[in-house]
Amino acid sequence: MSEENENSVYDILTKVNDNTWEVPGNFKPGMKVPGRILVSKTLLDLLEKDTIDQVANVACLPGIQKYSMAMPDAHPGYGFSIGGVAAFDKHEGVISPGGVGFDINCGVRLIRSNLTEGDVRPKLTELLDALFEAIPSGVGSKSRMKVNDAELGDIFVHGVQWAVKNGYGVQKDLDHCESNGMMPGADPSKVSIKARKRGRPQVGTLGSGNHFLEVQYVDKIYDEEAAEAFGLKEGQITFMIHCGSRGAGHQVCTDHLQVLTQASKKYKIALPDKQLACAPAQSEEAQDYFKAMICAANYAWVNRQVIMHWSREVFDSFFKAEHGDLGLDLVYDVAHNVAKLEKHIIDGEEKEVYVHRKGATRAFPAGHPEVPDDYRSIGQPVIIPGSMGTASYVLKGCPAAMELTFGSACHGAGRVMSRKSAKHELRGEEIQKELKAQGIIVRATQPSLIAEEAPEVYKSSSDVVDVVHNLGIATKVARVLPMGVVKG
Amino acid sequence: MSSEMKGAFEYLEHTADAKFRAYGTTLEQAFENAALAMLNVMVDTSSVTNSSSVDFELSSPEIDNLLFDWLSEILYLFEVEEMVFGSVEINKLDVSDEGCSLSATLSGETIDHSIHVFDTEVKAATYNEMRIEKTDDGWMIQATVDT
Repeated sequence: MSEENENSVYDILTKVNDNTWEVPGNFKPGMKVPGRILVSKTLLDLLEKDTIDQVANVACLPGIQKYSMAMPDAHPGYGFSIGGVAAFDKHEGVISPGGVGFDINCGVRLIRSNLTEGDVRPKLTELLDALFEAIPSGVGSKSRMKVNDAELGDIFVHGVQWAVKNGYGVQKDLDHCESNGMMPGADPSKVSIKARKRGRPQVGTLGSGNHFLEVQYVDKIYDEEAAEAFGLKEGQITFMIHCGSRGAGHQVCTDHLQVLTQASKKYKIALPDKQLACAPAQSEEAQDYFKAMICAANYAWVNRQVIMHWSREVFDSFFKAEHGDLGLDLVYDVAHNVAKLEKHIIDGEEKEVYVHRKGATRAFPAGHPEVPDDYRSIGQPVIIPGSMGTASYVLKGCPAAMELTFGSACHGAGRVMSRKSAKHELRGEEIQKELKAQGIIVRATQPSLIAEEAPEVYKSSSDVVDVVHNLGIATKVARVLPMGVVKG
Repeated sequence: MSSEMKGAFEYLEHTADAKFRAYGTTLEQAFENAALAMLNVMVDTSSVTNSSSVDFELSSPEIDNLLFDWLSEILYLFEVEEMVFGSVEINKLDVSDEGCSLSATLSGETIDHSIHVFDTEVKAATYNEMRIEKTDDGWMIQATVDT
């Protein structure tokens, strides 16, 4: 692969600095701004040409500001690349479901504890079995709770506030959620009956694919001050939840993609790729999608909240008698598939823009009003999950993010091998055995699902994190290592 | 993925998702095979007993919209009917400048995890690199589904 890349990728891109490569504005006809791909030399060798094409395609959309960007974990998606970030003017720009993806508000949350690795290791197998039992996962998984239509409407509008009011969590969970677990502006009337039908039985389910619940321990602290503020210390047990809005979100995207496909024609927007269907930001079609997207985003926060609640119950049942209050506090919850109306400084002036992050994490610096009070002097926690069996990182958002990436960082490791090849080349049972030899236990509904998410199919999360760290977008606070994984 | 061998469809390389080509002597058959290609990403359709069926109709402005709707509707029915489908049949497919439509019957059974071994979940159909082309032998459909 790299030899082919020597010829194509290097010919196209211009080096800006060691971690930034530019897609020139004349690479494709119709580009309104240049592209910027944030990768190191190591990651550039793994970059696929399709990713560059997709970055260039996004640069053709009306009202795009500064650059069409790809984060260091970028790989080809549909419409936008995964790892794509773009901001569009509130009035002259567009809103595109392709810039959010089907799994609206797929995201990650990290929960800390007062437990140590030594407390948990002897009971790890039983703990994993209990978590696997408590949290429905896999294709077509149904929740232990079924909400009615009125409750679903409340979830769409009130997000995590609904969950806390109904006993799934505590008030301070809200403070440590991006957008307080409730993006304002939801309109459930823009969500179809189909999306509602899919959403009702799935609140509190992991789903499938790369989604997971992982029991981990903090193995390294890079930034003592920030770690203390985030309540993290070496040897401490944490757990992480990665999932999104399930069928409800997929259906919202599917429904509105069809509307916006027609709207693109109506508003005569030249699309370099059909999956980039969009409409002027203030048009009825775009706003209808945005209001429905917010419903799905709020649903996703509730999904992760309910899974956290059930996981807390499992931890309590194992350790509370011996250890008392386990201090299972939410460190933070970040969305990595979402569009938001935000204020950013562009050419020296504050402007309102719709920032699309598709496989990218918000990374606001210290002092930003959306960073929770207790982290305000530090910066927003940026949670970067590793692939199964590898390290995850906690970073803090830094000022350079506002200058370079509209307050955004990477979201994970980024695939390099297809699911098809992974299943062909790797055997789930063997990977499970190898991970066990490293002290990592995996629970999944199918062994083949372990193969398709094996560590080998992803880029190294540390290479990806080094890029945003070295650019000063988000700097390393702590590294956590997996002990046990419940795979979706 | 046993049906892949029979020339009805084949899977192509794609980093994050499932991309396939489906073939048919008629457009109807190519649509049916595209649906089977997508379903086999999730479950081996030959393990399904086709004991009950669901009928539906769809209409869309253009043929690519119809293909997107077709694959999306099957995913929707899979999830809400809690049924796994082993057979898909297009009863009627109309394509004209005024619009496109189809009526279809899906056959299968209620999901039973002791019989049906689920593989990768398909989240959604996409327009990514979608192609619907007339060939010397009939029709070829290329589609990518989000997994």
